Amino acid sequence: MKKTLNLVLASIVVMGLSLNTHARDYIILASTTSTENSGLFESILPKFEEVAGIEVRVVAVGTGQAFELARRGDADSLLVHDTAGEQRFVENGYATERTDVMYNDFVLIGPTNDPASVREAKTAAEAFASIAKAKAAFASRGDDSGTNRAELRLWESAGVELVRDWYRELGSGMGPTLNTAAAMDAYVMSDRATWVAFGNRQNLTLLFEGDDVLFNQYGSLLLSEQRYPHLKHELARQWHSWLISEDGQQAIADFKVNGQQLFFPNAN
Amino acid sequence: MENNAFYVALSLLLSLDSSLIQIVVLSLQVSLMAVSIAAVLGFPLGAAVALWQFPGRGGVIVILNALMGLPPVVAGLMVYLLLSRAGPLGEWGLLFTPGAMVIAQVILVLPILAALSRQKVEEMLGEYREQFVSLGMSRSRMMPTLLWDARFALLTVLLAGFGRASAEVGAVMMVGGNIDGVTRVMTTAIVLETGKGNLPLALGLGIVLLTLVMLINAGAYMIGELSRRRTG
Repeated sequence: MKKTLNLVLASIVVMGLSLNTHARDYIILASTTSTENSGLFESILPKFEEVAGIEVRVVAVGTGQAFELARRGDADSLLVHDTAGEQRFVENGYATERTDVMYNDFVLIGPTNDPASVREAKTAAEAFASIAKAKAAFASRGDDSGTNRAELRLWESAGVELVRDWYRELGSGMGPTLNTAAAMDAYVMSDRATWVAFGNRQNLTLLFEGDDVLFNQYGSLLLSEQRYPHLKHELARQWHSWLISEDGQQAIADFKVNGQQLFFPNAN
Repeated sequence: MENNAFYVALSLLLSLDSSLIQIVVLSLQVSLMAVSIAAVLGFPLGAAVALWQFPGRGGVIVILNALMGLPPVVAGLMVYLLLSRAGPLGEWGLLFTPGAMVIAQVILVLPILAALSRQKVEEMLGEYREQFVSLGMSRSRMMPTLLWDARFALLTVLLAGFGRASAEVGAVMMVGGNIDGVTRVMTTAIVLETGKGNLPLALGLGIVLLTLVMLINAGAYMIGELSRRRTG
């Protein structure tokens, strides 16, 4: 019995040690589901790791939760897409620097038969208004993410009151929301990257794109050294600088899914 | 063919894809370690509650039983707040590491092991009581004897705990962060692939996970049967 007990204890210790194999320099990057789900990080991170020797560990959550992680001091760097929220984050002293990194755009997805005739809309506001008028099912992220915040701004500009029988707040990430929209033939607003890389479209198709208000800007933030002295500021700065450097911007432009470029660098 | 989950699962298993192996190994490491720690703490705890009479004992039993139903996401949230930099144990720097995932799973598994072993040991105590009294054994001497003689039942309890650990996703997602190559395990990988709309791949990973759990259960069953036969 004692032998077995010793064996168990020894194996616990061995397992514990083997869990701690990552001795390399690393930072925690809080970012959004759209950048992770589209495969952007898989494409650009190895290039950065090669030149800098720094591992970037991505925690992909909604933009709202990413801000919260950073606010509590749990992330070394932030890459999100809610410019107004990012500027407030800097003003409130949580971050010291914010820079444009890249952009893409939001697109309006819906069932192929298009019961609200969104295809014929001239502007995004018109498209949103026609969904509300037809009371066609609309699947909203409802999770305080960057996409969710942008969507709510668009409803407001369309002057629409959101009614629960057709407007459905799902409270989930972009991918799960697209899965649900596909299952209930609902309209949904998605960032283009997640949509292009999405594999379960069923009856959904792209119905509206191209309005300037659908512009989706991503920004990188450096957190306050004063407020968070324990963070890896030096390593985070290297990552931030690489992202907006020529190499980093080129790496972003080189990332393609099915031959289509998904993020457009615009740092300078 | 590529859209068939069983085909995907089979080709995943046969190709021995290195990132899949890493995910599987980490899943097993985290869950086995959590179950081991929970067993070292939970079995003596369960036996102690069975053996000793103390004020509030009924309350302890009710709490242990109720905690068997603790939602994983609540356990995850508690551990997150504990290990977050703004939390009391933030200094440890454990958040978003496998260590944090182990802690969260220990919290989930411990009540199961303690509550169920309490019940088994109490049953056994009923059978053995007269013998113990005639030998004049103290309670602390009874504990190892009872735990040892209940070992076959406790093996099943251990498997129930392992099932809980390997199947949950809410806690490890929150405290591990599903970081590629660092804290990504089977269940969080399945959530990620579902999010990407890669449903056949997600289901394929699910089948791989199920196969692993089945193998571990089969192994435990055989060990149990073999030693049962040996000890008669």
